[in-house]
Amino acid sequence: MATTVPHAGFDRDTFHLVEEDAHDHGSAHASPVLLGFWIYLMSDALLFAALFATYGVLSTSFAGGPAPRDIFELELVALNTAILLVSSITYGFAMLAMDKGRQTAVKGWLALTALLGMSFVSIELYEFGVLIGEGATPQRSGFLSAFFTLVGTHGLHVTVGIIWIGIMLVQVGKHGLNAINRRRLTCLSMFWHFLDVIWIGVFSFVYLMGMVR
Amino acid sequence: MIDAKTIFGRLGWESFPIHEPILLVTFVVVALGGIAVLGAITKFKLWGYLWREWFTTVDHKKIGIMYFILGIVMLLRGFADAIMMRLQQAMAFGGSEGYLNAHHYDQVFTAHGTIMIFFVAIPLVSGVINFVMPLQIGARDVAFPYLNSLSFWLTAAGAGLVMVSLFVGEFSTAGWLNYVPVANLENSPGVGPDYYLWALQIAGVGTTLSALNMVTTVIKMRAPGMTMMKMPVFTWTAFCSQVLAIAIFPVLTGAFAMLMLDRYIGTNFFTNDLGGNPMMYWNLVWLWGHPEVYVLILPVFGIYSEITSTFTGKRLFGYSSMVYATVVITILSYLVWLHHFFTMGSGASVNSFFGIATMVIAIPTGAKIFNWLFTMYRGEIRFELPMMWVVAFMLTFTVGGMTGVLLAVPPADFVLHNSLFLVAHFHNVIIGGVIFGLFAGIEYWFPKAFGFTIDKFWGKVHFWGWVIGYWVAWTPIYIVGLMGTTRRVRLFDDPTLQPYFIIAAIGAAIILVGILGLLIGLVVSYRKRAQLKVGNDPWDGRTLEWSTTSPPPSYNFAFTPVVHDLDAWYDMKCRGYDHPKDGYRPVHMPRNTGTAIIQAGLAAAMGFAMVWYIWWLAILAFVALVAVTVWHSFDYNRDYHIPADEVARVEREKIGFLDINYAPEPALLPAGKPGAAIPAGA
Amino acid sequence: MSAATDHDEAHGSEHGHGSKKSYLVGFALSGILTFIPFWLVMAKPVGNPGMVAILIILFAVAQILVHTVCFLHVTTSGEGGWTLLAYAFTTVLLVITIAGSMWIMYHLNTNMMPGMMTGEVSTTP
Repeated sequence: MATTVPHAGFDRDTFHLVEEDAHDHGSAHASPVLLGFWIYLMSDALLFAALFATYGVLSTSFAGGPAPRDIFELELVALNTAILLVSSITYGFAMLAMDKGRQTAVKGWLALTALLGMSFVSIELYEFGVLIGEGATPQRSGFLSAFFTLVGTHGLHVTVGIIWIGIMLVQVGKHGLNAINRRRLTCLSMFWHFLDVIWIGVFSFVYLMGMVR
Repeated sequence: MIDAKTIFGRLGWESFPIHEPILLVTFVVVALGGIAVLGAITKFKLWGYLWREWFTTVDHKKIGIMYFILGIVMLLRGFADAIMMRLQQAMAFGGSEGYLNAHHYDQVFTAHGTIMIFFVAIPLVSGVINFVMPLQIGARDVAFPYLNSLSFWLTAAGAGLVMVSLFVGEFSTAGWLNYVPVANLENSPGVGPDYYLWALQIAGVGTTLSALNMVTTVIKMRAPGMTMMKMPVFTWTAFCSQVLAIAIFPVLTGAFAMLMLDRYIGTNFFTNDLGGNPMMYWNLVWLWGHPEVYVLILPVFGIYSEITSTFTGKRLFGYSSMVYATVVITILSYLVWLHHFFTMGSGASVNSFFGIATMVIAIPTGAKIFNWLFTMYRGEIRFELPMMWVVAFMLTFTVGGMTGVLLAVPPADFVLHNSLFLVAHFHNVIIGGVIFGLFAGIEYWFPKAFGFTIDKFWGKVHFWGWVIGYWVAWTPIYIVGLMGTTRRVRLFDDPTLQPYFIIAAIGAAIILVGILGLLIGLVVSYRKRAQLKVGNDPWDGRTLEWSTTSPPPSYNFAFTPVVHDLDAWYDMKCRGYDHPKDGYRPVHMPRNTGTAIIQAGLAAAMGFAMVWYIWWLAILAFVALVAVTVWHSFDYNRDYHIPADEVARVEREKIGFLDINYAPEPALLPAGKPGAAIPAGA
Repeated sequence: MSAATDHDEAHGSEHGHGSKKSYLVGFALSGILTFIPFWLVMAKPVGNPGMVAILIILFAVAQILVHTVCFLHVTTSGEGGWTLLAYAFTTVLLVITIAGSMWIMYHLNTNMMPGMMTGEVSTTP
């Protein structure tokens, strides 16, 4: 049976694959979905790079308006960081349950992850609401435009992740832990952890650095 | 209270340019032509065929062909803009204002550049990669066929928005990169920049997804035995180009998103006050813009490599160095972007770094030219049209490369930045490099796609029209640029410049002859196709695409090829390989889907609505788009098998993927005919 | 159809699989690597802000590495090495994008926008 290893079992004058196994369906390759999704995540990282770069450039453009010290509440940020980190673990447990084929456990851990995600987004929306109420709107200065957009884009990604978890709950309920759903859950796992990696950048580069200057 | 403004946003009767004669005439011509085309399709009852075989296809070959059609159609629009500019500049001397006012002229040069890069060059390059690369690696399709279809339709949606802007509202006047501060809301409150931004964001998603698809395909779907260093050179260059594309489009998306936020909700990323910094826009946009030109040129270098080795009957000289040069160019192209704004004021240390890096990047390109020359040396060169394009490229592009190295020197650039010398340089490399290469690729792979060659006479008209036309059109522009003439200017005081612009206009007319040669050639070749028919390997090719029929069957290869060496098909021919005539197995294929075209249509509707501030339509279109996407994810039945005896029939009767009478999808065949799907494992 | 795709799964797809241990170790390390920078900024035990800034960056990089190994399961063998190659390439481009932009904009701002120089700017030379 053919594999992706070159020359494995082929003599010099064999120029086509004799497909013994009906499972082969013409291509002996493992699914490209996981690599494809990983590459998408890398491109998403570069989108955030552009936003981080812009934030870095505009981070002192206060235009006479509020600076980080005036608006950042590190306690809230610490709470959100903890919530997101715990949600990474709950998703990890969902994946471990998936490996063991335990459908109910998977759905439970997914639901918990989504709840934590919703808490994260709610706290962030609360934070934004307070800022806007104080006059620290995205329109007030270049710094605030960059801040809201960078943090907001991350929050939007988390929101999409939560919706995706919802969809997976329905699809796992309908089709069980079949191969397609396992692939999708693995992609979502990469997505969710990736968002936590970006958050490390956000809380370090935006919130903590902002308070240090 | 619901009034006209709620329903139509800022769209009103004044948005239709009924007072502009040029636009009015254009609209009438387009409308009549459009009605004729739609009428013909209806008369010949082709809507069903079009929907089944083209609008819902996920076949990389058909998608490649559709990209080509889009690119050529948009070439005509972009070229019309070019002719308008040449005419205006040839006329506007000695007190004459020409026939285009400033506001109109600014839109013409903006639309020209935007269309030529985003809706001609990118689709044509995507088209050739789409069609050729999976065949060259021995695959049946790309990694994600549905995404492939979506990428095409999103690009088409973006093109549609740009075309609509001609008749409804207006286009941006800020240049092909929609520069701030001109594109800021306070300077351009109208719809122009918004049309630009939405068209390109939508098309940009398409391009990003396509790049992701191509990269994953090359990594995961190569035939057994084809290691990276046994891939055809075109596949290598396509791979590097698409790696670059997927790396850079997110940056452009981010930059455009921030400008949209500035324009829609009043943020201050690129404004002139409240802490905004317009220079950051230029920085981000050129972070995208420079690697973008390498996205375009690298696959074309690959085309030249394939053609050179095929038409000299020799293996390409220095395969490894070609690969390394390509990878080096890929990485270096990400380190030179500041040379597009040396004069913005970053100072000597920054300028020196980027100037040196820019000069260095010419070196691997030079290595490639030598490799092609060494391949030709002592070969038996056949000067068929593809090879003629290669020679024209080598003579033309080299000049453009050299003017590029000249411009890379910051002190020189301080004199020549934004002069017509710069404009001549980039047209030199894009026409002499990218466009000539795409035409070479068309001549080379057209017989594979359609089963007959392009008529030689019209091919030569096409060739000479472009080559002579290019030199006549652009040499005077280099000269006036060196003399100090600025770009994007529609009136000149100095009457001694006029002869140059007249010559340039004549050059444009000669290029028009070339374009007509292509169009007429396609029609004539189609009508003479019985005479021009070819088999699977008309050029004595060396790579796997020539091992299949012309046109290939929908599944490309009945048996997955096994590769032992570079130039895999040549290796097969040398060792006397012949395809087996029996022992076929069922072939696994992806189903067609209408989701992609629907999603693209909704995206276009959303874009149009956002441009005109028709909020209810924007929200509706967005919600529908999300709903369709989610609904599509619930479709778990995306593939089927072509039964073995059906495969045998296709092979025996040499049924190509374009055969209008063949529809392998079981759902479309009447009951009782072969082609019913079988469950896997049966 | 599911027979064929189950087959993929039987391959043991080449992406990394986690274990309970890797998640818990990653969680513990991440917790520590988060707590310390927050403490450094909120409790201010170190007087020198430049030093604190560098430490924040170092802890962030360390935690990103922990996430990469323990949660994203990036290994040298995943997808035939392509996972790591893509990741490394992206990191390089990310650094060029952010550092390059900030270097360029710092110089542009200094030369062209004298009014912009309020407060301290990045320490990139």
